[in-house]
Amino acid sequence: MDIGFVVLTLASIIASSSPVVLASIGETISEKSGVINLSLDGSIALSAMAGFAVACTTNHVLLGVLTAMAVGALVALIIAFASITLRQEQVAIGFVLTMLCTDLADFLGRPFVRVPGPSVPHLPIPYLSGIPALGSIFFNHDVLVYLSLLVIIAAWWWIERTQPGLKMRGVGERPEAAFARGVHVNLTRYLYVVVGGALVGLGGAAYSLSVKLGWSYRHTFGIGWIALAIVIFGGWSPWRVAAGSYLFGLLRALGSILQRNPAFAVLPTQIFSSAPFALMIFALLLLNNEGIDRLLALLPPSLAWRIDQVLRGRAPAGLGKPFIQD
Amino acid sequence: MLKKVLLGLIPIAGALLFTTLILVAVGASPWRAYGNILAGAFESPEKIADVVAAAVFLVLCGVGMCVTFTAGQWNVGVEGQIILGAIFATWVARNVPWPQVPLLTLMMLAGMLGGALWAALAGLLKVYGKVHEIFGGLGLNYAAQGLAIWLIFNPWKPADGATMSGTDPFPEPAWMPTLGHLRVAPLAVILALVATVVIYFMLRGTRWGLELKAMGKNPRAAFVMGVPSTPRLLAAFAVCGMLAGLSGAIRCSARYGRMIPDIAGGQGYLSLLVALLAVSRPQWVPWIAFFFAAVGVGSPRLELNMQLDSTLGGVLRASVVLAVLLTNGARMLLARRRARLRGNLSAEEV
Repeated sequence: MDIGFVVLTLASIIASSSPVVLASIGETISEKSGVINLSLDGSIALSAMAGFAVACTTNHVLLGVLTAMAVGALVALIIAFASITLRQEQVAIGFVLTMLCTDLADFLGRPFVRVPGPSVPHLPIPYLSGIPALGSIFFNHDVLVYLSLLVIIAAWWWIERTQPGLKMRGVGERPEAAFARGVHVNLTRYLYVVVGGALVGLGGAAYSLSVKLGWSYRHTFGIGWIALAIVIFGGWSPWRVAAGSYLFGLLRALGSILQRNPAFAVLPTQIFSSAPFALMIFALLLLNNEGIDRLLALLPPSLAWRIDQVLRGRAPAGLGKPFIQD
Repeated sequence: MLKKVLLGLIPIAGALLFTTLILVAVGASPWRAYGNILAGAFESPEKIADVVAAAVFLVLCGVGMCVTFTAGQWNVGVEGQIILGAIFATWVARNVPWPQVPLLTLMMLAGMLGGALWAALAGLLKVYGKVHEIFGGLGLNYAAQGLAIWLIFNPWKPADGATMSGTDPFPEPAWMPTLGHLRVAPLAVILALVATVVIYFMLRGTRWGLELKAMGKNPRAAFVMGVPSTPRLLAAFAVCGMLAGLSGAIRCSARYGRMIPDIAGGQGYLSLLVALLAVSRPQWVPWIAFFFAAVGVGSPRLELNMQLDSTLGGVLRASVVLAVLLTNGARMLLARRRARLRGNLSAEEV
């Protein structure tokens, strides 16, 4: 295996993971404020379809991207309204919206199935893309891929390093305490659910306008569920969520490399496309298993603590519960 | 009573309004579309039989999911449990050379076993692996799908090699008899109705059902009161899986007469919607399932006659559920507002 092949594969993982990165960071933002947006698999499909359809008919890629973001934000707004204002179960509303948006995307997207359309322009960054290896891996992509890299850094900085980010975490962890400190809990939640939804929509646009151009039946199938699993896998921390997304990209790339290997020719191709999904979800199991606790107990406590910090995260304490002000 | 009926009609009207707007937006006549769905579902005895046959699967899975819902669990793994039921039943059909009655009985039992094992696995992951049942269930769905495809592509490869259309047809005795030329198996309908009645009484009239309910409402309190949570939880999953597996066995025996790659066909996810509408009340499941099945059987007509995508049926079903959830929430919000106006703060949690 030569170095050029490795660089090319890494670059393609960075590029093809951008929808999952955007969607899972969006979901992280929403869950950090205390609301689960379970509709991801549907809202990615609907925003991907809407973004492509608008870009196709108007021939403006930017308009398509903005439409996709608006659709993602709108679905998230329904979730916020139903769960915050109407206090319905978040998982129920999210699941119904998953089904609704998936079917709606297939229904409305019918005229755009396998229609050629515009794509997000490829834009190598001057000078930086000339760096050997690193240049091709990070700086030779289209705009949405750079955006996905920036979103990781921005989300980390906002959540961990700023005053509003602290309030957001407070609203997700201890809404009563945040309220007592004068934070408008429900309004804050509305804001971050919608912002997160817009990022999910951007993820949809990254799919239909960049990674897997165009629209077809079940175009984005399963990506949303993976993004949801990755948020847990990543312990609600932007860096680890991003790492989880790239790990999933790596698994898929490995799948397609193995698939070309004659030794695996007996296996049906569907196995290679669905195995990363099952593997990814069972990776969650391994990380949350009590067996890991026992292994960690064998190590010196300071090291064990550090490994625990790196590997695992805790869900926001107020996740999934409505805030009732009395 | 009249008020209750009218309130029940609001979400249906809301959902119809939504789909009507969508139809208008794509430039199609809503009347023609609804007419096509209705005709596609009810125009002939054959069509009505198809609706009943399709409802059977939703009833079995929906009733099963009432059990897991009562225990406060989101059994999203029903899709995989259907597949495992079908796989177990297919193994029996291919390997046991018995006459029809004992063979069909064994196939149904094998299907129930397969579904129950797969569901119990989701329950075990939840209890001992701390994997949320939604993700454990999804992972097991992908795994079941992979297993089914591998079986059909390798050990169960059909003689003509056309693997996408499934295995070779089962031997004659493994086919569940249908009603004359109609595509509905009376035995399947009876099994679905029996399951509904049994689950209804298990949830309503037994200590077991009460304990599940306690776990669903407040797991901590139930634990403190001495409910053996882990066995109850696993049992709830297993019962749901049994019914899902049974529906998988019926799917391959009565509907296809073979094992196909897409044997579950999204029925697992659809029956979650059925169960969401039924809110742990099994007696409602058959009616909702009948409505869902009618929309499902009727909407391919849209493709034939109007060049519209049949997924409009799915949009209609999901928007009914969404509208019901939203109107429930709105009703509770209004009740809270009224209580607050009366100055009754204790009614905050109505």
